[in-house]
Amino acid sequence: MHFRHILSALGRHRIAVCLLVLEIAFSCAVVCNALFLIGARLDRMHRLTGVDEAHLVEVGVRSVAPGSPEAIMAQTRTDLAALGTIPDVASVSIINQTLFGDSFSGSGVGLSDAPNAPTITVTQYFGNAQLAGTLGLKLVDGRWFKPDEFVSDEQLEGGGATVPVIITRALAEHFFPGQSAAGKVIYAFGTNRVVGVVDRLVQPKDYGPAESYEYAMLFPVNLSYAQGAYLLRVKDASQRDAVIRTALQALKGDGPLRLVSPKNARTLEAARAKYYRNDRAMAWMLVGVCLLLLIVTAVGIGGLASFWVAQRRRQIGIRRAVGATRSDILRYFQTENFLIATLGIVLGMVLAYGLNLVLMLHYELGRLPGWYFPVGAVTLWIIGQLAVLGPALRASHVPPVVATRSV
Amino acid sequence: MFGYYLDLALHSFRRTPVLAGLMTLAIALGIGASITMLAVLHNLSGNPLPGRSDALFHPQVDPRPADLPGAKDEPPDDLSYLDAVNLYQLGVAPRRALMSSNWLPVRKDAQDSPLAMVTDRATTADFFAMFGVPFIYGSAWSAQDDASHAQVVVLSRAMNQQLFGGEDSVGRNLVIATKTFRVAGVVDDWNPQPRFYDLNDGAFGKAEQMYLPFFTWLDLPQDYGYGPMDCWGNDPNAGMHDPKAQQCTWAQFWVQLDTPAQVAGYRAALVQYSAQQHRLGRFQRPPNVRLAGLVDWLDYKRVIPVTVRMQTWIAFGVLLICMVNTVGLMVAKFLRKSGEIGVRRALGASRRMVFLQCLVEAGVVGVAGGLLGLPLAWLGLWMVRQQPVSFAASARFDPSMLGAALALAVLSALAAGVWPALRASRVAPALQVKSL
Repeated sequence: MHFRHILSALGRHRIAVCLLVLEIAFSCAVVCNALFLIGARLDRMHRLTGVDEAHLVEVGVRSVAPGSPEAIMAQTRTDLAALGTIPDVASVSIINQTLFGDSFSGSGVGLSDAPNAPTITVTQYFGNAQLAGTLGLKLVDGRWFKPDEFVSDEQLEGGGATVPVIITRALAEHFFPGQSAAGKVIYAFGTNRVVGVVDRLVQPKDYGPAESYEYAMLFPVNLSYAQGAYLLRVKDASQRDAVIRTALQALKGDGPLRLVSPKNARTLEAARAKYYRNDRAMAWMLVGVCLLLLIVTAVGIGGLASFWVAQRRRQIGIRRAVGATRSDILRYFQTENFLIATLGIVLGMVLAYGLNLVLMLHYELGRLPGWYFPVGAVTLWIIGQLAVLGPALRASHVPPVVATRSV
Repeated sequence: MFGYYLDLALHSFRRTPVLAGLMTLAIALGIGASITMLAVLHNLSGNPLPGRSDALFHPQVDPRPADLPGAKDEPPDDLSYLDAVNLYQLGVAPRRALMSSNWLPVRKDAQDSPLAMVTDRATTADFFAMFGVPFIYGSAWSAQDDASHAQVVVLSRAMNQQLFGGEDSVGRNLVIATKTFRVAGVVDDWNPQPRFYDLNDGAFGKAEQMYLPFFTWLDLPQDYGYGPMDCWGNDPNAGMHDPKAQQCTWAQFWVQLDTPAQVAGYRAALVQYSAQQHRLGRFQRPPNVRLAGLVDWLDYKRVIPVTVRMQTWIAFGVLLICMVNTVGLMVAKFLRKSGEIGVRRALGASRRMVFLQCLVEAGVVGVAGGLLGLPLAWLGLWMVRQQPVSFAASARFDPSMLGAALALAVLSALAAGVWPALRASRVAPALQVKSL
C-alpha cells in the first residue's frame, strides 16, 4: 500500500494522531497488566493441595459442656465407628485444622534446638492413623506412621516424647536440599524424626511468605472431636451432600449436649470456592475494566475516524474519480488505522513494562511474562480494525461525483 | 455572554449528536469507575466515631524478650494478660476498656431450646460509655459487676430479637457455655467501620452479638479460645491452654483521655510502668511504649485493603484514558466548526471569546457526562456490594459523592477541553471565510 501517502496525510493531523497513539498506548499498558493480574489470580485459585478434594467432606462438632478427657475420647471413638458405617463413606478420620478453613495452626521449626536457632513457621496437621489415607496423600519417600507411634495431644505438645513426623516434599527440599529427608531430625515439638515425605500438602490458609504455602508437617496424634473436625472420604462424589446429612443425623442422635449443625459441615469443594471468592471477584472486576477500556478505546478510534472521513469526503471523491476502487478507499483507512495502532502498541509495551515495575514495587507481583505483549498487541490491532470498519465502509461508499461539486 | 455560549453549545450538541454522545459516554464511564472506587475508599477511610475519636487512645507496651528473632521495633498490638490487668488497674485515665472476643454456645433458659454459637465481646463496664454505644433497654453493667465477676450480659438488638422476640428482656436469663447469665441491657445497632477497637479479625465486618464482663468471661471453660493470640518462645502450653501465659499477647485495651495534659500524663505513666517492669526483670527491653490516637492507630494498621487501593488506581487510570479519548474527540468536534469559528472571528469575536465558548461547550459535555456517570457509579457500587468482601456493606452512595461526581466530571471535561479550545481559537478567520 501507499504507506508514504498515508504517512504524509497523517502528518497533517499530527495532534490527533498523537492523541490516538497515546490512548491506544495507555489502553495497551493497562490491559496487559490487568490480564497479567487476572492470570496471577487464576494461577492462585488453581493451586493444588495434594489431597483428594473431590471426595472429601468435613463435619465439625463443637463441645458445649466439656466432660472428662477420657469421656470425650470414648465418644470420639464411638463417633468414628458410627461415621464409618455410613454406606458411601470410604474412610473417616479426624483432623485438627481443615483445608481452606479459618484457622491456621503452626509451629516454629528449625534444624537445631538451640534457643536462638533460626526457625520458620510450618503448619501442623494432627490426626489418627486413617488421616493420610482419608486425605489421599501420596508418599514419595520413607514410610507412613506405625500403629504404636500415635500419641495424645498432651504427649506431643509436652515436647518430652520424640514423636515422628511426616513432612511435605517442599519442606524436605527446604531443610535438606538434594538429600533424602527420611531419617533426618527436625525440631518442632522437642526432637522429631522425619519418617516419611509426602508429595504435597498445603497450609489450611495462606500464612507467611508465598513459598511456605507447601510447607506442612503431619504428626501422629489421636485427637478428640473437641480438638478438630471429622473428615470423611466418600466413594462417590455425587453422594457428598447425602453423606453430610446422614453424618449430621448420626452425630446428633448420640452423645452429650454438643453443637452439631449443618453450618459446620461442608464439602471441600465448597470450602475451596469460598476461600477463593475474593480472588474470583477481583478477577471479574479486572475483566470488567479491560472490557470498559477496550470499549472506550474503540469509541475514540471510531469517533476520530468518522471525523476524518467527513473531513476528507472531497479528497475521497477525487481519488474515486481518478480511478481508486471502493476497496482501495477501505484499505486506505484500514492501513492508516493499522499504522496508528502499531505506534500506539509500541509505546504501550514500554508503558506496560513501566507499570509492571511500579506494581512490582508496591504490591507482591511477579514480572510480566513476555507473551503478554503479543497478546495485548493483537487485541488492540483487532479492536482498532473493528472500530474503523464502520467509518471506512462509509468512506468507501462516497460517490466519485462528490469531486465535481464545489464544496 | 455565558448564556449565549451555553445556547451555542447546546446547538452544537444537536448538530453533531453522535460525536457529542461519544464524548459524554467517555466522560461518564470514567466518572462512573472513579466515583465508585472513590466512594468505597471514602467510606472505608472514614472516621468510625466522629466526635469521640480525638479522645480515644490505644496504649501499647513491649513485654517481648530482648533477642526475639525477626522482631520489629514496634511493640505488639495487644497486651498480655498481666499487662492488661495492670494497665486496667492503673486508673490514670478517666475511662478505660479491656477486651477480647470469641464465640460461645448460647441457649435460652429452657433445657430443650436450640443451641447456637454466638460472637461475643468480653469487655469492661466503660466500653459502652466510652464508645457511645446506644441502649434500647436496661444499661451497661457496673464496675462493681466487673470486680465481682458478675454473670451479666448485654445483647445486641438482633440477638434480643432472635432470643426474646425483641421485647424488653432485662432481667431474663441465658445459658452461655454452661453458666447462667442475666440480661443487663440491650444495645441498638452499633457497628462503627472500620472496627477500630479490634482489628485482629479484619477491619470491616459485623459487630458482636453480645457483650460479657471481661473477668467473668475469663472464668468460662477454655474450649473456645481467647481471640487471636500472638505468642513467642517455645512453651507449647501457652496460648490456647493458658491465656495468662506471660509470652502471649491477645487483649485489646483502649483509654479515653480528654485533655492534652491527660494524654501526656498517661504517656508518662506508661513509660513509668514499663521502667518498673524492666527493673523487676519482667520486661527485658527498655520502655518501648506507644499511645496512638484512634485515627493514627487506623493509619498504622493500614486498614484499607490493598485491593481497594489498587482498584482505585485502576479506576483513575480508566478516567485518564477516557480523558485522552475525549481530547481527541473534542479536537475533531472543534475543528469541524472551523468555518463557524472563522465567521465569529471575522465578525469581531476575540480569540479569548472563542476559547471561552469552546470551554463552555466542554463544560456542558462534563455536566452531561457527570449526570450519566452518577447512575453508572450507583451501578458500580451495587456491583461492589455483590462481591463477597468484608467491606461490601460500606459500598454505599454518600450524598457528598453527588457533588464530587459532578465536580470531577466538569473538571476532567474542562481539562480535556483546554487544549482543543486553544487550538480552535487559533483558527485563521480569513482562510475559513474564503473557503465558505
